[in-house]
Amino acid sequence: MAVTRHSDAVAPVRSSGPLATWLTRHVSTSIGSLGRLFRQPFASLMIVLVIAVTLAIPAALNLVVKNARSISDGWDNALDFSIYLKRGLPETEAQKLAGLIEQRADVESVQLITASKALEEFKQQSGFGQALDHLTENPLPHTLVVRPGAANTSQSMILLHEELGNLPEADIVQVDTEWVQRFHAILDIVRQAIVFGASLLGIAIIVIIGNTIRLDIQNRREEIEVTKLIGASNAFVRRPFLWSGFWYGLFGGLLALALVQYGLFLLEQPAARLAGLYQSGVTVLALTPEESLSILGIGIALGLVGSWFAAARHMRRIEPR
Amino acid sequence: MIRLDTVTKRYPGGQEALSGLSLAVDKGEMLFITGHSGAGKSTLLRLIALIERPTSGQVIVDGQNTRRVKRRKIPAYRRHIGMVFQDHKLLYDRPVSDNVALPLVIAGVGHRDAGRRVRAALDQVGLLHKEKQRPETLSAGEQQRVGIARAIVTRPKLLIADEPTGNLDPDLSLEVMRIFRRFNEVGVTLLIASHDLSLIDRMGCRRVALENGRLAREEEEEGVSWQ
Repeated sequence: MAVTRHSDAVAPVRSSGPLATWLTRHVSTSIGSLGRLFRQPFASLMIVLVIAVTLAIPAALNLVVKNARSISDGWDNALDFSIYLKRGLPETEAQKLAGLIEQRADVESVQLITASKALEEFKQQSGFGQALDHLTENPLPHTLVVRPGAANTSQSMILLHEELGNLPEADIVQVDTEWVQRFHAILDIVRQAIVFGASLLGIAIIVIIGNTIRLDIQNRREEIEVTKLIGASNAFVRRPFLWSGFWYGLFGGLLALALVQYGLFLLEQPAARLAGLYQSGVTVLALTPEESLSILGIGIALGLVGSWFAAARHMRRIEPR
Repeated sequence: MIRLDTVTKRYPGGQEALSGLSLAVDKGEMLFITGHSGAGKSTLLRLIALIERPTSGQVIVDGQNTRRVKRRKIPAYRRHIGMVFQDHKLLYDRPVSDNVALPLVIAGVGHRDAGRRVRAALDQVGLLHKEKQRPETLSAGEQQRVGIARAIVTRPKLLIADEPTGNLDPDLSLEVMRIFRRFNEVGVTLLIASHDLSLIDRMGCRRVALENGRLAREEEEEGVSWQ
């Protein structure tokens, strides 16, 4: 922000208190800058639109990642358990146990993979076929693949996991989470990419606003010269341009929010249908108040930085001749 | 009020606008600087307004040596001086009252106080009834009076004017000079650059003639009525 020095107020002119002066100056300058924006509605709208789109794109992508993550968190509930039974357990016992587990309310189905079948699969897939023929006894246990019911919450999943582990016949209970973890890792990469892209777009906004303010300064060159001639400081002549940058950023941020909200509105129906097809309670996550505020904040900050660069660079060169 | 001590101003290219000029202006004085264009009148005023700095010598304004005024203190320095220009230098995108209020806005004077002072200043130049108009709807003489109102609205002790009547016909010029004289009567020091010798003769003030950046002659005329 422009730093106002109060000490250099003219001696013959009695100024009101420094804080009141500072406030009055900023309020009147901000309104003046706003009025200037509205006097050129088309040009201002174009710039605001560019800023809005540039802010909305990363915001929307971020929302997509957030939703993907929340949906895939829901998928954790649909994970299979693999129960490796203690070695030496007869196949009939294993079958009995499978039937028993299948009767649980929180379990959808149980599939028994016998030790011999598992060894057969292993021989085919591992490529150790010949070597494995030399084994005198099967080292693999029987395995039960348990698919939990869809109604499970993550709490009841933990409970199920525990109870299966406590079965006397169970050796190890494993949750098949690897692919979800991979998916999350991919989402993290995407999120990093969005942050990087958003930074580039942020630089673009700074350049756009800086260039707009530069043109504005050139158009008002005479006015700046005259004001400096009658005693305006650099801070004084800079102030309206900083406010212009502020307004561009604020309106750009507001329009970006509106664009994202509109996108969510368009997605609401298809998402509800998708959720219906999967019979799940999936809802589209909207922007939180914090996220909305930070979009506005980023817009304003970029506007101020852009106009500050332009003003600092070009204002000093304009001196009365 | 103003003291110049062997001031030389040489522009890039070697051309000398002022050569070793020494001059003193007393407090409460109304002094005319005359001379042909190129004699150094404007340069002298520009040195006082710190639009330029002398190549050598001292310029002392109201006890302050301008050499010691740092670049970032120039705005505060200028606010102590009222300035009137030949081409008025008004802002044409805003009404007369806003133009006159500009120095007060820069100084951070409150809205209500500023409004009162603006009306008082416009009243002094006889333009109170035109405060809402845009400068381009005014005549040249009226525009110059707006420029004067802007220069005096902060009640400066020193007013400098560069060819303030340069674009005006004799009647309007006299009107402007009368306004200046009224300020002088309430204690404002005035330094006016002009080449309108017949008008200056009617004013009966001290005048200093410049020629090629040097003092040509100085004369004092007492008691000549200018009314």
